[in-house]
This record gives sequence, structure tokens and C-alpha cells, in this order.
Amino acid sequence: MKLFQPILILSFAFLAVFGEATLAAPRRWLGAQIDLLPALMVYAALHADLVTVSLLAVLGGLWFDSLSANLLGVSILPLFAVGFPVYLRRDLILRDLPFAQLVLGTAASALAPVLTLLLLLNAGKQPLVAWVSLWQWAVMTAGGAAVTPVLFAFFEWCGRMLGYRLNTQMAFRPDREIQHRKILK
Amino acid sequence: MFKQKNYLALGAVVFVAVLLLSLPTRATGRLKVAVEAWFLPLFGLADAAQQLPADLADSVLPRRELLREIDRLRRDNQQLKEQQLQTTAIARENQQLRAELDWQQQAPWRLKLANVVLRDPANWWKTVQIDLGSRDGIQTNQPVLTAEGLVGRVASVSLINSQVALVGDPNCRVSALVENASHDMGVLIPRGPGDPLDSSLVQLSYLASTANLKPGQNVLTSGLGGIFPKGIPIGRIVESQSVEYGLATVASVKLNADLGALEQVWVLFR
Repeated sequence: MKLFQPILILSFAFLAVFGEATLAAPRRWLGAQIDLLPALMVYAALHADLVTVSLLAVLGGLWFDSLSANLLGVSILPLFAVGFPVYLRRDLILRDLPFAQLVLGTAASALAPVLTLLLLLNAGKQPLVAWVSLWQWAVMTAGGAAVTPVLFAFFEWCGRMLGYRLNTQMAFRPDREIQHRKILK
Repeated sequence: MFKQKNYLALGAVVFVAVLLLSLPTRATGRLKVAVEAWFLPLFGLADAAQQLPADLADSVLPRRELLREIDRLRRDNQQLKEQQLQTTAIARENQQLRAELDWQQQAPWRLKLANVVLRDPANWWKTVQIDLGSRDGIQTNQPVLTAEGLVGRVASVSLINSQVALVGDPNCRVSALVENASHDMGVLIPRGPGDPLDSSLVQLSYLASTANLKPGQNVLTSGLGGIFPKGIPIGRIVESQSVEYGLATVASVKLNADLGALEQVWVLFR
């Protein structure tokens, strides 16, 4: 049961990367593909353990780069850079508030592509960067922000459907039990 | 805030990332293929899912419509046969003239059909994956085209699929020739500013300042550079302007092939 959440998060990341490479509709309608990994990283950082956060950064980055012309491994650090600070401060974050999820999703979706581009440029690659990229960045940020609360709701639903139910408190309380023997006396 | 396990996780992730980024290109390529292989089971599922609506539509198509389609295809076939006869005669004549002038003979093109299976998930590259790989004889730098025109070149090859860098990607620069009296030549590079929703525009740069460009003129591959054979249609000139204080000219080219809606492409063998 302990492995349920990491497996669910990593499976979702795997399918999300494949979906991003398969679905052409967002690119055709909005001019950019929306990346779900930063939003997923926010969820993992707030709800999962550090091993899951690290695995998501490594495996998610590897899967993304393997289907892209990116250098292999270039997406790992940006994803971790987004998730790790959130993980460290997660006790101070009101994780159940949709507004907090939206803000964190916005920040993560805005930061991750910029860091990846910086790493690519630093490695001597020549990605397509022009004024159009600002529009694409805005679409990725807005899309990622919008998706984050939806992801939280989805994982909560999955947890309810597939996880163990919480043990509800029974109505019986030993301190309120009527002691028949005493009354009889 | 920083416990030992936090340090450990941070160190491990940074170590993995730095290790991967510092691997030699060949090792990275192999590793990329290995990681990509995880997605192989999903390729089949995606194919089936894409095929399903088409199959359903085929099964409910009325017979009258099918007969009309067959009729149209027969007419097209007849026309194509006539065109092929003419083309064969022209090719024979061309070969004879080349032999008389002692010019180099042109090797015929061989084409192999491929399906586009994936697109680059990153917005800063323009690449697609096709379902032909090294087992099908694909090699890097082979030109990729559609019936409308040039699409790109094979950038990397794995056993069962290949990555194609599309025209307009930084890894696919094409030497091009404008079909006008002066045969102006330039290089196709990614277009800078432009409509974010229109990926069909690229920039023809390094043109001479005296270039005589007009909207609508055809742009073809020039054959220089050794990757693309001469004469593959690329697109049409949309507009041109003088740059660098009148020392050079750049032009916007609208690509013939719709790169945003690629489903099947041809890989050219020479």
C-alpha cells in the first residue's frame, strides 16, 4: 500500500509524457504544447515522500528527453528545482486550497521550461527561441496552472477509489457505557 | 529544514543529471533509445486508437459513395498513367541528352512510406518520430518529404523508429533556390518573429542584395550541401525585405507541406 502513491504518480508521469508527444491538438489550437510534469511535481512535492519527488524528477525528465530532441537528462534538474523547495516548505503551505495549488502550478510551469532552456543554451544547443517563445511560455504557464488543481482533485479521487478507506470512529465510547451492575445495586 | 536525507536526495539527483549530461554523444544516443523503448507498447495502443474512428467511418460509408469514389480513382489512375508515359519519354530524352553532353547521370529516387508516430513534446524543437528505423535501412541525413514538398531530414535513427528534424528546426538548415530568372540562392532558417499559431512560415536568409524576389515564386532545394537533392519543392515566397543596411535580403517562405498535420511522409533513398 505504501507503494501505491509513488506508482500512481510515476505511471501518470509516463502517460503524460506520451500524451504530450501524441496529442497535436494543443499545439494546433494554442501554438504550444502544455507540459504536465511541473504540475505533477507540485503535487508530488506536497503529498509524496522525497524518494518519489526525486524519482519523478529523474524518470519524468528521462522520459521527456527521450521523446524530444533535448539532451538526455536536461529536464531532470529543472523538475527537481521546482519540486525540492516546495517539498522543504510543504508544512507551511495550505496544500488543500485550490488557490495555493494554482499559484504553485503557475510558478512551477513558468520556471521549469525557462531553466531547461537555460541549461540547453549553456550546453551549446540552439533551441528555437524567438518572440514566439514568449507566447508559448505564457500558454505553458497558464495551461500548467489550470491543470494543477485538476491534478490534485484527480489524485484525491484516485486515492479515495483505490486506497484503503479511513477507519471511521465508532459511536461506542467505553466512558459513556451504562454500568448495569451499579444501577441494579 | 535541511536534514541528512534531503542532502542525500539533492546530491543523488544532481549526480544523475550531471552524469547524463556529461556522457559522450554516442552513449547518450544509446541510452535515449533504451529509454524510448519503454514507450513501445503505447505506440501500438495509440495506433489502434487513431485507427478506430477511421474504421468505424469506413464501415458505415454508403455503397453509392464507395462506387463514386472508385469511379473518381479510376479516372485519376487513367490520367496518372498518361502522365507517367509522358514523364518516361521526357526522362529518356533527358538521359540521352546528358549522355551526348557527357553530363553526370541522375540516379532515380527511391521512396519509402513512413507513419508519423510522435511529435516533440518540447516547444523549442520541431521534430517528429517516424516508424521506420535502422532495420528498414534508414540512415541519418536522409531527406523526408510529402507529395506537397520537403518536410525535413532524418536527425537520428534507432532500430524501429527515427527522429526527423523538420524544416524550420535549428537542426535542419536547407540550401534553397528561388525559381526566378536569376535563380537566387539562400539558406532556410527558423523564422524569428511571426504568428505563433502559424508554423508554416520559415525564413530564407543569406540572399544577395540584388535578389529579384516576388510573392508567389517557388522555392526549391538547390542541391548544395549534399543532403537534399536538387529540385524538391519547399514552398512559395510570401514577402521579402532588404536587411543589414541593404547588403542582404531575407524572405518569408510559406512551406508547401503542412508540418502541423503530418501523418505520413516519404523517406528518400538515393
